[in-house]
Formats: sequence, structure tokens, C-alpha cells
Amino acid sequence: MLPHLAVFLISAAALAYEILLMRLLGIIQWHHFASMIISLALLGFGASGTFTALAQKRLLDHFHFSFAAAAVLFSITAPASFAAAQQIPFNPLEILWDSNQFLYLVAVYLILSLPFFFAATCISIRFMHSRQSIHRVYLFDLLGAGFGALGIILLLFLLDPSECLSLICPPGLFAAAMVCLDRKTSRSVKAALILFLAGILIAVLTPFGRTGLRISEYKGLYAALRVPGAEVIRESSSPLGWITVVKSPVIPFRHVPGMSLNCTVEPPEQLGIFIDADSFTPVTRYRGNPGEAAYLDCVSSALPFHLLDRPSVLILGAGGGADVLLALYHQASSIDAVELDPEVVRLVREDFGEFAGHIYASDRVTLHIGEGRGFVAGTHRSYDLIHVSLLDSFHASAAGGFAMSESYLYTVEAFQRCIKRLRPGGFLSITRWLKIPPRDSLKLFATALAALERSGTDRPGLRLALVRSWKTCTLLVKNGEFTPREIEIMRSFCESRSFDTDYFPGITQEEVNRFNVTDEPVIHKGAMALLGPDRLEFMDRYKFNIQPASDDRPYFFHFFKWRVLPEVLSLKGRGGLPLMEWTYPILVMTLVQALAASLILIILPLFFLHSAGGRTSGEVRIGFYFLFLGLAFLFMEIAFIQKFILFLSHPLYAISVVLSSFLVFAGLGSSASGRWSGFLCRRGGWASRSAVGVAVGVIAVLSIAYLALLPSVFEKTMAMSDWAKVPLSMAFIAPLAFFMGMPFPLGLSRVADSAPHFIPWAWGINGCASVLSAVLAALLAIHLGFAMVVGFAVVLYAMAALVFWKPLG
Amino acid sequence: MNRKGLLQSGAFLVWVFVLAVAAPAQQEDAYRGLRAGLIEEIRADVKLTSERIGRARLTDRVLQAMLKVPRHEFVPDRLRPYAYENRPLPIGFGQTISQPYIVAVMTDLMDASEDATVLEVGTGSGYQAAVLAECVKQVYSIEIIEELGREAAERLERLGYRNVEVRTGDGYYGWKEKAPFDAIMVTAAASHIPPPLIEQLKPGGRMIIPIGSAFMTQHLMLVEKDPGSKIKTRQLLPVAFVPLTGGH
Repeated sequence: MLPHLAVFLISAAALAYEILLMRLLGIIQWHHFASMIISLALLGFGASGTFTALAQKRLLDHFHFSFAAAAVLFSITAPASFAAAQQIPFNPLEILWDSNQFLYLVAVYLILSLPFFFAATCISIRFMHSRQSIHRVYLFDLLGAGFGALGIILLLFLLDPSECLSLICPPGLFAAAMVCLDRKTSRSVKAALILFLAGILIAVLTPFGRTGLRISEYKGLYAALRVPGAEVIRESSSPLGWITVVKSPVIPFRHVPGMSLNCTVEPPEQLGIFIDADSFTPVTRYRGNPGEAAYLDCVSSALPFHLLDRPSVLILGAGGGADVLLALYHQASSIDAVELDPEVVRLVREDFGEFAGHIYASDRVTLHIGEGRGFVAGTHRSYDLIHVSLLDSFHASAAGGFAMSESYLYTVEAFQRCIKRLRPGGFLSITRWLKIPPRDSLKLFATALAALERSGTDRPGLRLALVRSWKTCTLLVKNGEFTPREIEIMRSFCESRSFDTDYFPGITQEEVNRFNVTDEPVIHKGAMALLGPDRLEFMDRYKFNIQPASDDRPYFFHFFKWRVLPEVLSLKGRGGLPLMEWTYPILVMTLVQALAASLILIILPLFFLHSAGGRTSGEVRIGFYFLFLGLAFLFMEIAFIQKFILFLSHPLYAISVVLSSFLVFAGLGSSASGRWSGFLCRRGGWASRSAVGVAVGVIAVLSIAYLALLPSVFEKTMAMSDWAKVPLSMAFIAPLAFFMGMPFPLGLSRVADSAPHFIPWAWGINGCASVLSAVLAALLAIHLGFAMVVGFAVVLYAMAALVFWKPLG
Repeated sequence: MNRKGLLQSGAFLVWVFVLAVAAPAQQEDAYRGLRAGLIEEIRADVKLTSERIGRARLTDRVLQAMLKVPRHEFVPDRLRPYAYENRPLPIGFGQTISQPYIVAVMTDLMDASEDATVLEVGTGSGYQAAVLAECVKQVYSIEIIEELGREAAERLERLGYRNVEVRTGDGYYGWKEKAPFDAIMVTAAASHIPPPLIEQLKPGGRMIIPIGSAFMTQHLMLVEKDPGSKIKTRQLLPVAFVPLTGGH
């Protein structure tokens, strides 16, 4: 039992470390680089397979020592690798200018892969040592991972990410101690005692042992703190983000994005809230007189307030409260403000309540802590205005997810829901940063158009308007057609602020591109083309991807098109690089690197295994079996995490609940697979060979049924409380995950029976496949959608079942 | 290897030679050669981008200034080998020295005469101020980070720029005592353009604001104040890039 517990602990610590690393790298660098670095570092799992395959005899002869040593090395390298990686002067922003950055990047990968290498080595050794009960080893491996994922997220509520780092050590040391105890010699018991004590000591000292974070000097927080007199006045942390409040009394923050050049007012005093050292939201001093917020009337997002009289407003992404101030200034009759991060709310409401004039406690304001899309789906209220201003997506990577920035707020379905919640004559108003050449504005327009059409609107063009300041653009979608009076108000709003009208019903060429002139009125022309018959052709010819995002492909921020890459690279000398969003190419780069490294890690051990006389006729099939499984498991897991994010409407809770449930129930499935295969084996013949086939059959039926049924189930249960939605989600995941936990131990048990020296190789392949799978799933989802990712998973499982059908030679 | 690649590797070898054996006078000659190569590159790039930035070539005054200002003096020692590559370089404190092509285009777009007085908000290393100082009569520059401001002032003094005055502090209110200005360049990122700066711009004057982040200038914003003090802005992409393919 003790070695099983040791596997549990190591596995828990390794997954916790992975999630923690995502948080830490997201703070010191940027999220998309964080996920690339971690993906590559996770190849440490693959490398451990190679290593244990080569050294298996020696490792097995000294099982207890090898396991304990690897566990201790994991404990040491987990914090040490991060500390060392921080010393490497890797600057992702310079990567396209400076080839040395690639060397630094590889060094970061290698250093951070060490802890994963040692953790996976422990598990691999244990598989080899415990050939008769592989399903139990896998049970504890998965249970550990499930608890690790949940544990670290709970811990991140209590401690700073840098404090959590040292807490990764004790489980590793305890694991080593347990394996030492299992050996039962007096020396090993003494060693166990020392390891236990060391683990406890580190745990006790944790609150005092904070690792210093070297935050990139190109992040907003660093720049803010270089200003004379600027200081951090509050710091707090949760799994949603690391929050820093900065006061800058000498040279104040004056955050009014895209303020009209005709306005001469200086904004009131502001405090800066930085999330993960970058994302910025101001808290503005407010003494209770709405007139103080007059400066906010100088931005493009103020437009809808001029079209409505004392509207009831829903604000999605309330942050530091600027939009609530704007609504108060315009005497909104009621304001529902939704903010995802309770810590930001607490700061505005309590810590700086007086400074912010207790705006969230105003009679007319009701604050809701939650995610925008979920709130809209769950509410029965209707509004005159739904207001979304400069709100970017929550990075799933903040909680250890995958950082392609999925967003369920800027999809066709989300727009449809928002429009449904508008009173007749009401507006959905969305403001985004203006990019040159235009991207967001046209994609918003295309998305709104698709939403109106899907809702059965006859002439959607009569319900849309698009205006821009020199820095922001605002899209209005009306529940009804624009009236001539509204168009007149819009004209004069823009005229007095020198804002441009890019589209409104009946706009003429003379009314565009007047104040903030671009070479070509691309937004206007684009909007007209999108409304015309050649919409598809226009979207195809446009050099950025402006196809509307959907719930199945929730990638609003994906503007990249392959065919533009050569052109952009050729324009490097002429300032052409910023023409592209780099998240997608980084994802592809990750895949290419992971593929190359995986191939080496998978093929290399074969030569050694052969020369050691360990040839087996079934090795190719072993390889493919574990490759298919590794890919399929994560495809399924990632796709369903996304589906449940929409349902649980809180990315962090969804990831915690879904990930942990998947791992724990798959663990239970693994445990049951032992009895299951025993039962089938006793029947012999085809029955013994169909073990995987049956499990895969159930997986296929369940997953396809879920794809068909979940949307309507979600629709009906969306308004239920979280306390009901969480167990409901778990009930859906349990059977699917249970059967997904079976194929791996069934396959590995068969390898253990007929070609035991291939166990570590199979384990390594599984590790490599998991890395490839995470990146591939994101790429497939971008192009084909998450439903297809599930489809691919089913096919891969089926192929694995076919491979399993034939006995190993 | 393409022309630029050859130029860069050639530049690197020259620099190694410069550092290893050459006397100061020869060093300066070598740097001048590298600079000339860079200017040729910029000249060619501008030709290709002429439609976008509304001019077929940069004025001689700007090109001469770029040819004269020793960019290597404005970058950290370890980055000197790359001083004459057409790329942004880090100068510490989270700041960068812009890509020379962008510096040249921005300076040219100011359309400032030899007698002009120019305000710069965001001194950084002082390189842009030096290029401006070669082109106009007087440059005033404000830097928010004290250390950077001090270093830039010392550097400009050492290099003999007597027509640049640097001060550290808040750029929001401009430099009232020296206003109005024929042109203003705001290289420090801001969510909005400070009204006092627009006020301190002479009628007929121009303001240039590069928009983007460190290492990435996304586009340039040109603010024009006509003789009647009316404001107009233009968004300029310093790149020959048309977002639509084919005719429309």
C-alpha cells in the first residue's frame, strides 16, 4: 500500500506543479508563452520513459532506492528549476529580432522539464515493479492527479503562487519516505524519518519562504512602478489572478482609453489595479456627484447612453467601476454590474470603498460576481442596454488550462442571447481597441450580423451601427430598427467628439473617414461588403480571419491566416511584424517542437531495447496503441472541459470540477478494469480480446450522445444554482471518464504479461502523446470545432481497440 | 543569404574588427560605414512603403541626421554589435530604442523646418532627440523615469548636442514655458492624448504618436492642427500592407 500512496503523492504534486507553473509563468511572462513552455517541459514525462527503458534493470534491482531518489530529486528540482529558469534572460518579445532568444527558450524548456522527468520516473519504475497490479498503480496515479489539480486551486486561494512553490516539495519527500518505510530495514526507516521531518519542516516554513518573482520589465506593472513616487499599496492573490494595486501620486494614472481630442478635462485621481502584472483596470476617485464622471462621456462607449433615457443597464466586466460611473453619470435607472473576480470587487467595495465613492453600494447598482455569458444565460431580466467595454477573455491558462484564449462572450450564440435579453428598442453595445488594419471591429460586425440572421431578423443591416474614436471602436446592435432620430443623435455625438461613423443604416460615402482618417475607409467598406451578397468572398479575401466565432469554435481573438505569414515576415524591416497576432503561430511552433522531440524520445529507446535483446514482434502495435490512447484521452478531456465551461459559466470552477472528475473517475475505471479483464480472460477467446473494445464502445456511445444531448440539457438547467450544476456535471462526466480509465491499464497489463521491458517505453509514449494532444486539440478546435475534437477522440479510441484485438507476439 | 543577411553578418564582422584592433578614428569610420549601409536599407524600405506614408522618399535632412547620429552610443555596450541593424533594441527599464526605420519615418512625418522648436515626450535613450536635434533648431524632451532621463541628458551633452534640453517628470502638461511647439512627438504610451499637449502645438503644427508596445510599433498616429486650430488625425501604417487581396 505504501508505494501506492507514494505514487498518489508524486502524481498529485506533479499536476499541482504544472498548474502552479502556468500561474507563475503567466505572471512573470505572458500566458501564451507560458503554455508553450509548459507543454515542452512536460516532455520530461516522455524523456523519463526513455530513461527508464534504458536503465530498467538497474532501476528495478534497486526499486526502493530509485523511487525514493527520483522523488527527492523531484522535490528539489520543482522549486529550484523555476528559480533557475527565472535567471535565464529569455524575452519572448524579442524572439523575432534576436536569435539568441531561441537558445534561452530551449534552456528554459530543459530546466523546467527536470521535475516532470523525475516525477514520471517514479511512476514508470512503479509500473515496472508492480506488473501484476498495473490497474492499481494507474488508479493511484490518476487519483493523485485529480486531488493535485483540486488541491492546488484551493491552495491558491490561501497562498500567493510564489509561496505555493515550496509546498510542492513535501509531498515528494513524503512519497520518498513511504517507499523507504516499505523496505523495512533499519537504515531505510531512519531515512524515512528524516524525509518526513524535512517535509514537515518545509511545509511549516512555507509562509516564510517566498520565491521572488522576476517579472518581465515589459509588463505594465513594472512600467507603473518605475514612475517616481509610485508604490504598491495592496497585493492579493487567487487562482483567478495576482492582483496588485498601485498608487501613483506624483504622476497620476489618467486612464481614459480613446478620449476625444476635443475634451479638455483631466480625469480624477485613479488607482491602478494590475492583474497578473499587466491587465489594467483603474479605480477612480468618486465623491458621489455624477458630474465628476463627465470625462467618461468623451469615449466612444458613451454613445448608447445618448440614445436612451434613464436606461436599465447590464454591464459585463465591471472591473474597477469605470463603466458603472459612466452609467451613473447618465442617470441609468438600474445597473446590474457583473464581475468575474471577487477580489477586484472586494477592493472596490471594501478596501478602497471610500476612495471609489462606494459605487457598488449605490441604490441603483446591483453587483453580481460571475461570468458575463453565464449571467446573461441565467437571468430572466431584460435591459435597455447591455454594455461590454474593452473586456478581454479570462485566460483559461490562469487556472492551468490551455491558452488559446477561448471566449464565450464574443460568439454568435452569445450575441443571440444578449439580444434576447434586450427590451424592444434596447441596445447591445460592445467596445474594443481599434486595430490598424481593422480586425476586431469587422469580426464583431460579422458576428452580430450572423446572430441577427440566425434569430430570424429580416433586414439586420437596419439594426447595426459602428463608430470609432482614434483608439476604440463601438458596435451597437439594436433590438429593433434604428430610427432617423437615433441616427441624428449618433451623427451629432460623433461630430462633437471628432469620432468617425463607419456604419449606420443609410450612411453615405461623405459621412465616413472624416476625423480620424485612414488610407482607405476599410471598416466602412468591410461593413458594406459583409452586408452585401459577397460576404463570404470578402471574408475569404480579407487578410485577417474575421469569420464569426461560435460556441463550438470560440476563438474571437484568432485573426491569423497562413497565407499572410510570408508577406508579414518580408515586411519585418519596415515595421511589419505587429501586423499579426502571434498566438496561433506560437501554438504551431509548440506542436512542431513537441513532435520533433517526441519522435526522438519514442524512437531512441527502441535501438537500445533491441540491442539488449528485447525485441518483440508487437512493438509497433504497442507504440501505436499508447500513442492513440494518449491522444484520445486528452482530446476528450479538453473538449468536454470546454463544453462544461459554458455550462458552469465560470472557467475556473469548470476546469477544477471537470479536470478533477475526469481524473478521479478514470482512476476508478482503471481499478475496475482489473476485475473486468479478469472476468473476460476467464472466458478466453474473443472475450479476452474485446476488453478494450467494450470500453471504447461505451465511450463512443456516451460521448456522441453527450454532444447531441448536452446543449438541450444545459439550456434547461442553466438557471440552476452552482450547487446543483456541479454535481450534475460530475454525474455526466463520471460514466464517460470511468470507461476512459480502462484502456490504458488493460493495454499496459498486456505489455507486462508478454513484453515487460516495454512498459517504460509505453509510458513514455503516453507522456509524449499527452503533450501533442493538448496542442493538437487547440489547433483542431480552431479549425474544426470542439465537436470534431470529440469525433477524433472516438476514432483514435476505436483504432486503439483494433490494435488491442490481436494478441502481442 | 539575402542582401540584408549579408549586410548584418558583415556588420557584425566589422564590429568585431573595430573592437579588437582599430584605433578610435578607425572605429568611427567603421561605424559610419555601417550607418551608411543602414541608411541605404531604410531608403529602399521607404520607397516600397511610399504610398502608405504619403511620400516617395525621406527628406535629405532626415537621412543626413540618421547618417550622422551614432546609434551605438545610445545602446547598452553589450548590444553595440547590433546598433546598426534595423531592429529595436532594449535599453533597460522596460524601454526600447525604436527600429531605425520607424525613427526615420516618424521624424520625416513631423515636417518640421530647420527653425522649428520640437517637444518630445518620452526621451528614452535620447536617440530620437539626437536625430531631431540634427534636423531642427531646438528640442525639448521630457522623460518620466529619472535614471533614463539623467543618462540621456549626460549622453547628449557628451555627444555635443547643445540644442537639446532634457528634463524628468510628468509629460502630461508638456513644457509650458517653452510652448508653443512646431511639432510634438509622444513616444510614451498613453491611453489618451493629453489635452495640454494639443494646446501647446502651434496652429499648422504636427504631433506624431507611435501606437503599439515595446519592440512592436503597430501604427503611427499623426495629429494635425490646421491654421484655424482645428484638429484632425490620421492613422498611418508604416508598412506597405493592404488588408484586402485582389480588386474590389
